[in-house]
Parts: sequence; structure tokens; C-alpha cells
Amino acid sequence: MALDTEAANADGTAARPEPNGSAPTKPDGAPRPGLNGSGRPELSRQISGLDALELGGTAGRNPLARAWSAVWPMASAVLIALLAWQIVVWSGWKPSYVLPGPADTLPVLGDQLGKGSFWGAVGLTMQRAVVGFAVSVVVGTVVGALVTQSSVLRRAVGSLITGLQTMPSIAWFPLAILLFQLSEQAILFVVVLGAAPSIANGLIAGVDYTPPILLRAGKVMGLRGLNLYRHLILPASLPSFVAGLKQGWAFAWRSLMAGELLVVISSHTSLGVLLSQAREFSQTDAMISYMIVILVIGIVMDRLFGLVDGAIRTRWGLDGD
Amino acid sequence: MTQAVEAAASRAVPSGAAVRLDGVSKAFGSLPALDDVSLRVEPGEFVCLLGASGCGKSTLLNLVAALDRPSAGTIDTAGRRVALMFQEPALFPWLTVTANIELALKTRGVPRAERRARSAELLASVHLAGFEKKRPHQLSGGMRQRVALARALALTIDTEGTGTLLLMDEPFGALDAMTRDLLHDELERIWRERNLSVLFVTHNVREAVRLGDRVVLLSSRPGRVVEEFPVPMDRPRRIDSTEVAALAATITDRLREEVGRHGA
Ligand SMILES: Nc1ncnc2c1ncn2[C@@H]1O[C@H](COP(=O)(O)OP(=O)(O)O)[C@@H](O)[C@H]1O
Ligand SMILES: [Mg+2]
Repeated sequence: MALDTEAANADGTAARPEPNGSAPTKPDGAPRPGLNGSGRPELSRQISGLDALELGGTAGRNPLARAWSAVWPMASAVLIALLAWQIVVWSGWKPSYVLPGPADTLPVLGDQLGKGSFWGAVGLTMQRAVVGFAVSVVVGTVVGALVTQSSVLRRAVGSLITGLQTMPSIAWFPLAILLFQLSEQAILFVVVLGAAPSIANGLIAGVDYTPPILLRAGKVMGLRGLNLYRHLILPASLPSFVAGLKQGWAFAWRSLMAGELLVVISSHTSLGVLLSQAREFSQTDAMISYMIVILVIGIVMDRLFGLVDGAIRTRWGLDGD
Repeated sequence: MTQAVEAAASRAVPSGAAVRLDGVSKAFGSLPALDDVSLRVEPGEFVCLLGASGCGKSTLLNLVAALDRPSAGTIDTAGRRVALMFQEPALFPWLTVTANIELALKTRGVPRAERRARSAELLASVHLAGFEKKRPHQLSGGMRQRVALARALALTIDTEGTGTLLLMDEPFGALDAMTRDLLHDELERIWRERNLSVLFVTHNVREAVRLGDRVVLLSSRPGRVVEEFPVPMDRPRRIDSTEVAALAATITDRLREEVGRHGA
């Protein structure tokens, strides 16, 4: 039968007869070439061939080479930084008790890493960071979701959120200290004000920039209400939301460090407190060690968000290959 | 027109048009895109809408799919579900090929247990068996367009018995001729099997004659129905047959005349 293609067989449906029963032959009675079944499986194979050609080959890279290509730029960056530092020290610009070199500082850092009190301080700082970030995620998401839902809220709050984002968070501390004294709440308040706007904006941008063609496809499918969010708007806005989270984390981390230097709570020893103490006792080597720790934590967290972001972008096909 | 009605009637379908447009106009600002378009597609009929690019074909399909509202006139789909295949694939990039199709099946009320098999069936019919787990960006443009066809076909599954109107906007424009011919056959088969009513937009005259029971010619700026051509040839037709070529030549002349009015 004329439409007896491979696919018709595959889905178990026999080709149906023509309504007028005369399809395979033209009025002059000649069979139609190419439509009589024999040519179709071959055609189908040719199409697979075409597809294979269009997709091209993907050259796999050896995992060792990939690991190396990820590591060497970072390793060389560290080396360059150490070298620059050492050169400044060698130049004799400052005496070595004011600015010690890597050779004097790194052993101090090593010492610190072996101390329980140091890890206690890191623990407190990380706990504040995680709690502050978590609260920011909740606040940012709720505010962002509300703003996307109401045009009135959007006009009222939309530009306010962007305004908040441009405000240096350290400028909030005087107010925070008046409101909450030197307390954990003061730090949390500023961390959340620093991070939540980025998170809200990420969500708002994601919802706003859901591609219109996908929204129309969703409408044709009849996606509405909760289903529209679940199957279309939320997944479509995820990359932008994660970018907002990443930026929010960076703001949270900066606000937290500012907060730990300004809001010193007795008996709450954090990284920021260690840093101020080192400055007070002119222990530059210890001070630089703490700075290195703060830098490393920042880089590691940024990498983690980068990994999630990258995984999503790859999955969504946003990398552009 | 009469042949078309007969062709539709021969497949024993309920009375009343699958879609009826009465005096439909659409303007974007002061720019008229469609002007007083009246058009019917009978249940089970395959109508091809032909026109130069920019004449308002996509606009018309958007109106029928209720994605946009006409400036004047009425559109009646008599409660039918509408499936639309866009000019671009418009697949959800975060879903695999199968998941894209299964989501469409879900929206049409196909039970979860059946979705996997149904989607495999649809993918096989567009010659993409084996690509289920890929994501759209891993496929070529033509393959994506075929997934979009499978999804549109998934949307024509009629679990409520309301009948389905399938709208297609230059669906095969991006495909090579070999693949396109094969998909013409598949589309024709599924159209018959499901007794679909199809409004198929193209600017390829031969494709219109190959597929349509009727070819409706649209003028440009603003879009108006200028003429309708019944296609009397038996199915299946070959796009390179002499009958198709002959009718296509007639329609092309008429189209040239229409486009020529804008050159002067
Ligand atoms: N959303 C829109 N806003 C303004 N003009 C539009 C819009 N959509 C289409 N048009 C205009 O309407 C006319 C018809 O467009 P379209 O329906 O896409 O044509 P076709 O699909 O036949 O190529 C074109 O001139 C186009 O520029
Ligand atoms: Mg168009």
C-alpha cells in the first residue's frame, strides 16, 4: 500500500485504504513509481544518513587533559600573585614587619589551619553566611514572585529593588546598629538587604524574559495557572534565577565581611574579628593569612555556583556551540 | 469549493465547519495585515493557505489559535481543540525530545502510562527514533522541526471527542527536499487516520498542491483571499508529478500577478 512506511509499521498501524480505493494507480492505470513501498525503508535510511551528517562528530577529549586545562590557569594565577607579592617585598618599599613576604606568611597560615580556635571562627562566619543567604533566598524569592504577579507592585517596587542593589551595603550599618545594637540581627539585616535584591531581580528577569514564542507554545498546549508555572515559566527562568543567586551570594559575602569588622560582638569570634585583632596587634602575617582564607572561601563558593550555573546552561543549550 | 466539500463529506464527518472566519481583519497599529478575510475549513478537510511572505499568513494562524485577537470579524472553531505548529520549532529547551512530546500528550489528557509509548510512536513517524534522550539544542534545525511536528501531532490527540483543528505555519520550510517529501506522506497518513481538519500555511506552491484538498491564495498588504483552487487529483500525490506541476503553474501565475501589483 502506498503509505506503508517503516514508521507506519513500527507503530503497529496498517496503512489505511484510500477512501476512493483508486490511489495506487493513476487514471491511466500506470503504477506510481517510488510510492509503492519498496523505496521507503531506503528513503528512511537515507534520512538517518542526512541526520548523521548534519549532526557531525563530537570529538571526545581525554579527562586528564580536561582536568589539566581547568587547573593550569588557576595555578598560574596563584603563582603570578605570589610572585607579584614577593617582588613588592623585595623592592623594600615597606619593612618586612609591616609587609611580610609569602615565605613568612604562608607558615603562619599553616599554623592557623591547625588550630581549633581558627576553625571555630571560620565556622561562625560560615554559619552567618549560610543563614543570611538562606533568609535572602526566601525574602528575594517571595518579593520577586509577588512583583512578577502584580503590575502595581512592579511599578511600586521594581525600581526600588534595583535601587537597593546599587546601595553599598556598608552604608546600612549605622542604621542597623541603631536598630539592633551590636548583635547578630544587625549583621543579618545588612546581609539580607545586600543579597535579597539580586535574588529578586534574577527571578523577575527570568520570568520577564521567558521567550514569547515558548509562552505562545504553552498557550497552544493549554498550559494555564499553576501548570504554566510548573512546566514553563519556572524552568524557563531558572538560569536567570541561578545567576541572581550567584550574585546574591557575592553581595552576602561582602556585606558579611563588612559587618564582622564593624559589628564586633564580644565572645563571638569570627573571621572578621580575627582580622581586626590581627590589625590591632600589628600581626600583618596573620592578617594576610585571614585575608587569604576569606579570598579562598569566596572563590570556592563562586566556583560552586558557577558549576550549577554551567550545568543548567549546558542542559538548556544556552552555551551556543 | 464544492469539490472540497465533497472530499470532506466522503470521509463522513459531523456537519458544521471546523473553523469559520467571517470578515476577519487585523491591523498592527495603522498597518493593516489582514483585511476582510472569510474562510472555512470543513471537518476533515486539508486546506493550504498560500501567499507571499509578509502577507499575513502567520497572523491569520495566530488569530485562529486565539493567540491574538482580530481587529474586526469573527472566528469560530466550534469548541475544537487547536494544535499549532509554529514556523520555528519552539521546543522547551530544558526538556528532552521525549519529554517535550510527553508534556504535549499530558496537556491533551493522555494517561501517564500511555505517554512513553505514544511519544515513541510519534517520534518514529517523523524518523527520529533513537533521539528520545537528546535535548533540542543537540539536534540540527531540521530535526528540531520534526520534533515540533511530532509535538503538534501529539496535540491533535482528541481525548474529549471535540475534534481537532491542526494549524501549520510553513512547517517544512527549513527541511531538505528528501525529508520534506517523506513528512508529507506521514502528515497525510496521520491526517486521514485521525480525521483531522488542517489549515496549512506555505509559500511553496507545489507543496500546497501536493497536500491540499483546496488551495487558498492570499494577496499581500493587506492579506485578502484572492482566489481558491480546488485540487482534484487523487491521493497520494507526488510533488513532482505532472498534474501537480500543471496546477502549481496555474496558481503560480496567479500569485505572480498578485505580487506584481505591488511592483508597479
Ligand atoms: N506583532 C506585530 N506587530 C507589528 N507588525 C506585525 C506583527 N506581526 C506581524 N506584523 C506585520 O504583519 C504583516 C504580516 O506578517 P506575517 O503574518 O508574519 O506574514 P507571513 O507569515 O505571511 O510572512 C507583516 O508586514 C508584518 O511585518
Ligand atoms: Mg509567517
